[in-house]
Amino acid sequence: MIFLALMAGTGLTVVAAFYDFPGPLNAVVALTIAVIKATLVVLYFMHVRYSGRLIWLVIGSAIFWLAIMFALTISDYWTRTWFVPM
Amino acid sequence: MPEGLAATHDHPSHPALQHHFENMEQQREAGTLGMWVFLVTEIMFFGGMFLAYTLYRFEYPAAFVSASNHLDIKLGAINTAVLIVSSFTMATAVYSTQVGRQRTTIICLILTMILGATFLGIKGIEYHDKYNDHLIPGQLIPSRPFAPEVAKPGDTDPHKLHLIEGATVQNVQLFYWIYFAMTGMHALHMIIGLGIMTVILIMAWRGKFSPEYHAPVEISGLYWHFVDIIWIFLFPLLYLLGRHLEGHG
Repeated sequence: MIFLALMAGTGLTVVAAFYDFPGPLNAVVALTIAVIKATLVVLYFMHVRYSGRLIWLVIGSAIFWLAIMFALTISDYWTRTWFVPM
Repeated sequence: MPEGLAATHDHPSHPALQHHFENMEQQREAGTLGMWVFLVTEIMFFGGMFLAYTLYRFEYPAAFVSASNHLDIKLGAINTAVLIVSSFTMATAVYSTQVGRQRTTIICLILTMILGATFLGIKGIEYHDKYNDHLIPGQLIPSRPFAPEVAKPGDTDPHKLHLIEGATVQNVQLFYWIYFAMTGMHALHMIIGLGIMTVILIMAWRGKFSPEYHAPVEISGLYWHFVDIIWIFLFPLLYLLGRHLEGHG
């Protein structure tokens, strides 16, 4: 079941790549499919769904720190052009 | 109390139980937790490269699209499928160890390794194509510096670099630095994974695993699935992004 869902996801992401969604949606669609596939692998293939809270905490902390790294770095690059020195 | 101490040793413990664990279940959980903590460090390691990719993609969108278009979607998609099938055979290997089917375990482990080797073979073909088209960045191969042939308008030769408006060869080279760093590190993890699988296969062959003791298979499986997940993200980011914007110039 999970295997079929993952294969379907792969097919879907390739098909979606040939369609043109408006604006930044292309990347959003591709990444959403990737995140869903990764979640399926983590929950079922890696048995996290049936694992204890400690494992959940470890994975959650990884996502949390990854988010910090991305958020702080991107906010730096994003705002660099806001204030032009006189 | 001496009596209480003796009581814990009443039933003979499993030969694979290390003396610093109370029982097999505790030993297995500790191993799984340790593997996950290691995988967290791996997530942060790859995360740094994903971050570099994100920043430069926003900085040089046209160059990234041009460079991505040169990658072979078909080979990338086949490799994605190959890895997902290998994750499935790996999960089956873990399950069959848990229920004590040694033969199925061995077959599934061999299948997983064949699929892993297939992935690396296809990756090798792709790298060779990039070598032929002079797309290995910088002086990584001193006798073959980065010097792709830029296609003129109307030229459809897939071996030439098709730059869309606003893309420079220099920034395409940046994409290929990131491409080779990320896929190269991923391939290295695959090679290490094949090494781990070899060890697990030999252990399974010698009948070391049983429904009571299967932690090594399970933990190696976690590693294998993790490497698969990295590819699940690499494939759309590196291969598919170019498909859009193509006509937009």
